[in-house]
Amino acid sequence: MEIVYVYTKKRSEFGRQCNFSDRPAELHVDILPDISLAANFTVRDPCNVTVQCAEEMSEHEVNTERFESESRGINHVEGGWPKDLNPEDMEVTIRYRKKVEKDEHYQNTIMQIAGLMEHCCKQNNATDIYQEFFEEEDDEVVEESEEQPSAKTINVFRDPNEVKRTATSLCWHPDGNHKLAVAYSSLEFQRAPNDMSFDSYIWDIENPNKPEMTLKPVSPLVCLEYNPKDSHILVGGSYNGQIAYWDTRKGSQPAEMSTIEHSHRDPVYKVIWLQSKTGTDIFSASTDGQVLWWDIRKMSEPFERLVLDPSKKGNLDNALGAVSLEFETTMPTKFMVGTEQGLVVSCNRKAKTPAEKIVCTYSGHHGPIYALQRNPFFPKNFLTVADWTARIWSEDIKESSIMWTKYHMAHLLDGCWSPVRPSVFFTVKMDGTLDVWDILFKQNDPTLSLKVCDEALCSIRVQDNGRFLGCGSQLGTTTLLEVSAGLCTLQKNEKAMVSEMFERETKREKILEARHREMRLKERSRSEQSREDEGKEADGEESTEELVARAEREFFDIMEAEKKKEWNEERQREKEKGVCEEKDFQEEHETNGVSSFTRREISL
Amino acid sequence: MLDIECAGAEVEETIKRIQSQKGVQGIIIVNAEGIPIKSTLDNSSTVQYAGNVHQLLMKARGMVRDIDPQNDLTFLRVRSKKNEIMIAPDKDYFLIVIQNPTE
Repeated sequence: MEIVYVYTKKRSEFGRQCNFSDRPAELHVDILPDISLAANFTVRDPCNVTVQCAEEMSEHEVNTERFESESRGINHVEGGWPKDLNPEDMEVTIRYRKKVEKDEHYQNTIMQIAGLMEHCCKQNNATDIYQEFFEEEDDEVVEESEEQPSAKTINVFRDPNEVKRTATSLCWHPDGNHKLAVAYSSLEFQRAPNDMSFDSYIWDIENPNKPEMTLKPVSPLVCLEYNPKDSHILVGGSYNGQIAYWDTRKGSQPAEMSTIEHSHRDPVYKVIWLQSKTGTDIFSASTDGQVLWWDIRKMSEPFERLVLDPSKKGNLDNALGAVSLEFETTMPTKFMVGTEQGLVVSCNRKAKTPAEKIVCTYSGHHGPIYALQRNPFFPKNFLTVADWTARIWSEDIKESSIMWTKYHMAHLLDGCWSPVRPSVFFTVKMDGTLDVWDILFKQNDPTLSLKVCDEALCSIRVQDNGRFLGCGSQLGTTTLLEVSAGLCTLQKNEKAMVSEMFERETKREKILEARHREMRLKERSRSEQSREDEGKEADGEESTEELVARAEREFFDIMEAEKKKEWNEERQREKEKGVCEEKDFQEEHETNGVSSFTRREISL
Repeated sequence: MLDIECAGAEVEETIKRIQSQKGVQGIIIVNAEGIPIKSTLDNSSTVQYAGNVHQLLMKARGMVRDIDPQNDLTFLRVRSKKNEIMIAPDKDYFLIVIQNPTE
C-alpha cells in the first residue's frame, strides 16, 4: 500500500511569493515534574566509576592527495634522421638512403651478416629445431624410474583372545574398504582346546587395538564373506557344517542359521555370494563332497545340491571333498571347485541332469587346492594354489597347467590375483612369507618375497584397489600391508602382453597334448597288432587289481635290492664293532620286515 | 666507381638470395640510428620492426656483456607462434629477416 499525501494548489497560486506572518509563541505541551515517579528510582551509593590513568590518544584518518600516474609507450616512428633532414620529405630520405648504400663499410658489413643470416634461414628450412621429439617416450621414461617393488606393514591386528586361533579367512568390506572381516577357527582336527572362543571379528583398519564388532556363531567360522550388494550382511560357514548369516545392524548373534540336518557334514570351507536379482543367494562347499545352494531368507534347507562325484552318479561315498570354490559374476552359469584330492572340477549350473553338471576336471596338483581364482582380466585363465606350487591354467587345456612356479620349500596355503594388474598375483606360505609374483617381470622367482611373521600364513585377500592386502596367520594375527605403486598401477601394454603370454603358453600345452595323444594312439595300434583277439579296447588298460599287484611286486623287488645293498654296507662298517651286534641287527631285520627298513632310512 | 657498383650489386644479389629462401617474409636493414636503409616490407611495418628490434638488441647485447664482458652478441632469434624473427647485429647496422619456419 502506498502512502500518499495529496495536496492541492490552485494554478493561479503557483509562483506566488510566500506570505509569512508573525505570530506569538504558543505553548503546546507542558510536562510538569511528577514527584511520585521518583519512587521508581533509588539512590545509588556508592557509585563505581572507572578511571584510567593513561595517555589520551585519538585516532585520525588521513588520505593523501592522489598521485596520478599513467602508463604510456613511446612509438618511435621514424629513426634518428639527421637534424637537417625532414623525414616527411620522400626525396630527401631516398637520397640519404642511397648515400648509405654506397658506403663501403655498409656493404662489407651487410655481406658479413647476410652470410650468417642465410645460414640460419637455411637451417630453419632444414629442420624444425623446436619440434617435440620423443613425445611418446616421455611417459615411459617417467614410469621407468620406478622404485624397487616393496611392501610395508601398515597395521597388525591380533586375536584378543588368550587362546590363539588361526585366521582362516578374510573379507574386505565392499564399500570403501575400511573394514576387514576375519574368521577365526582352529582347523587342526580335534586339537581345538576346550576354552577356545568361537568368535570372529570385524576390524576397522584404523583401530588395531579393539575389533569394531564381534560375531558370535555357534561353532567357529571357517569362512566369511560380505554381501557385495549389501554391506551390512555377512555370511559365514562354520566348522560344524552350518551356514549362518549376520546383519551387522542387528547385532552379534547370527540372524539365521541353517538347520543341522540339511547342512554340510564337514567344515564349510568356502561360501560365495551369487549374482541374483534378490541378492540373497549363496553357495557353499565342504569336504563332505557336496556343493549346496542356499537362499538366506530360507535357511531351513538348501534349494539345490550337487555331489562332487567324478563318476557322475551322485554317490556321496565316491565324492571328492571340496576345499575351495570359484565363481565369477561375469560367467554366472559356470563355477569351479577345488578339491582335497588335487583336482579342479569345472561345473555348469544350468545343466539339466545332475550328471551333466560336472563338465570337466583339471588334474595336476598333489594336494588340496587351497585357492582357486580366475584372472579378473582374462577369465579363461585361472590360478590354483596347492601343495608346494601355484599354477596357472587355461580352461581349454585339461591335462596340465600352462604355467607353474617352482616347487617351494614350504606349502603354499593361499593366493589371489591382483585386481588391478593382470600379471600380478600373491601367495602365502607355511613359513610365514608373502610372495608377490609378476609374471611379466620374472617367472622363476617371486618379484617380491616378504617375511611377514614366524608362523604360517593361512589366508590372504587383496583390496579392490590392489594396493592394500591383508593376510592372516596361524596364531590369529592379521597383517595389513601396502604394496608399492609399481605393483598396483597398470603398466603400458600390460594387458596385451599378458594375453600374449597366456596364449603362447596355451598353444605350447596344446601342442604337447596333441603330441601325447599321437603317441598314445601309436602305442595302442602297436599293441593291437601284437595281440590278435577281440575286445581290442581293453588292451592298453590293465584292470586295477593287476596294476596294483604289479606295482606291489615292483615295489618289493626294489626294496629287497635296496635292503641287500644297505646290509652289505653296514656289515663292512660294523666289522670293527663286533660280531654279536651284527647278528642281533640281522635278526631284527628279518623279523620286522619293511617297516624297520623305512625307519632305518630315516635315521640314516 | 665500378668497384662500388659491383659491391652494391653484390649486396643486392645477397639480399635477393635471402629473399628467395623458403618461408622468408621480409628483410630489413637498419642503421645504428634506427633508420631503415632497405626494406622489402611496407613502411609502417618497417618502422615498427626497426624501432622495436633496436631496443631488444640493445637489451640482449647488454645482458650478454653483463654476464661476461669478453662476450658479445652474435645473433638473435625470436621464435613466435607465427614466424621467426632473426636479427644479425653489427656495430653500425643490423639485418632483420622474418621467416615462417617450415613445419
